[in-house]
Amino acid sequence: MSELNQKAVAKYQNNFLKEVEERVEDGEWVSMCMQCGVCAGSCPLGPHWEHSPQKIFRMIMAGKRDEVLTSDSVWMCTSCYSCIVRCPRKLPITHIMHGIAHYAHRLDVAPKGQPTRELARVFWNNLIKTGRVNELKFSLAVYFKDGFSQGIKNLMSMQGIALGLVKAKRLNPMEIIGGHKCKDVGGIQKMLAKAKEIEDRRQGYSS
Amino acid sequence: MAKKNYAFYPGCSSQKGASASNFVPSIDVMCDKLDIQLNEIPDWNCCSASIGYGEGGQLSRLVLNARNLALVEQNMPGQDLVSGCPACWLATRETAEKLSEVDSLMADTNEALKEAGLNFKGTVKARHLVEVLIEDVGFDAMKAPVVKPLEGMKIAGYVGCQTNRPFGIAGESFENPQYLDKMIETVGAEAATGYEQKITCCGGALAFSEPEKSQKQIRDIVESAYDHGVDMIVTPCQLCQANVEIYQSEINKKKGTKLAMPVVYYSQLMTVAYGGNAKQAGLDGNILRPQKLLDIATK
Repeated sequence: MSELNQKAVAKYQNNFLKEVEERVEDGEWVSMCMQCGVCAGSCPLGPHWEHSPQKIFRMIMAGKRDEVLTSDSVWMCTSCYSCIVRCPRKLPITHIMHGIAHYAHRLDVAPKGQPTRELARVFWNNLIKTGRVNELKFSLAVYFKDGFSQGIKNLMSMQGIALGLVKAKRLNPMEIIGGHKCKDVGGIQKMLAKAKEIEDRRQGYSS
Repeated sequence: MAKKNYAFYPGCSSQKGASASNFVPSIDVMCDKLDIQLNEIPDWNCCSASIGYGEGGQLSRLVLNARNLALVEQNMPGQDLVSGCPACWLATRETAEKLSEVDSLMADTNEALKEAGLNFKGTVKARHLVEVLIEDVGFDAMKAPVVKPLEGMKIAGYVGCQTNRPFGIAGESFENPQYLDKMIETVGAEAATGYEQKITCCGGALAFSEPEKSQKQIRDIVESAYDHGVDMIVTPCQLCQANVEIYQSEINKKKGTKLAMPVVYYSQLMTVAYGGNAKQAGLDGNILRPQKLLDIATK
């Protein structure tokens, strides 16, 4: 168990709802859920979830900490915002799902190797390097995340699409040696380091 | 007529050589004809998109977007921030609203922004280019420059998610927005009314991480367009355009279908209807050739 997770368990004991309310983005909304299930029926990936948002909210209130934080389901959000606009109680469901996923990732209890978790990690690391996304390096990092031989296989299976994009000038092979970037990359990185420092302090992650 | 000035936030995917690189050329003729002057924000950065939440905390994401807002406030006073990308618009507008609602987040954001020599007071509004067209230009003015009406074309207006939710276009419903169909009709084409997949999610960023699940969404979107007998799909979203266009060949490979439905931006329709050529409309960037539109553009 990660140190952050141990500390969180010790701090909140069995009060998972309080933990979510204090530490998860928009978590203070969770107890407003009236279990109508509109979110569950609105989610485009609904058939693939084990736990719908409605279930996740109930599980939080029931103190099912491990089940919620290790759930694959919170990583199935496509950010389509259907649940948000349909919720009769106006819960910011999309944000809460993102918030739980982020929190589980931060405590390192989210499912290992979960594809969207890995995608999110690769995406963020890509964008903070230059301040802008380098789509070529991003795609390569996604394809090669499971090692070299799997990466080659992924690449081969996608070569038709990649060549089509290159031909249409929508994928630039030269991005591998540079590509677009912000001028003030240094300022952006310092700004993000400061944001993380403040956030860690507010969340009680740093001592 | 004096041009209306806006601070333009192109977003990563619209840069040269990126996946929506044909979007920016396609808005040049359109904006010129409609007296819209887009001024690129100096040194803008990524909005962190809809997948940034995994690794990036709330404050980190707010700060990224606040930097763009602050750059506009400082360098382009009085101009609204306008993006053509729904994800950029959504992240920026969420940030602007959150910071104006929660004083402590504004204070924390400015403490971080100081490291990049910036400060945000909260005076900039974040808007989508489609909002500018509908609210500042209007449908009548959008129709005025049409010299080549897209007669004989039937088009499915695919709005997708983030142009439509959670903010959407004022006065439109989340479940069945009408503006894209109206834009199609404004340039002389027929809109496929009753297109069932108008607001269906294409899978978004999960097209990468959950390809099977996303491709099921994309197949529905394309097959419904075929059912309506359209010539092409039109969308206001960069990610919808890319996902729905480029994965059709993958679906064909796996499922034995024969999907080849062109997917274009509304701005490509407008540019052609306004007399722009194929290159100006960015039609050279489409992987599935929108033949009827090309024919009109070269006529």
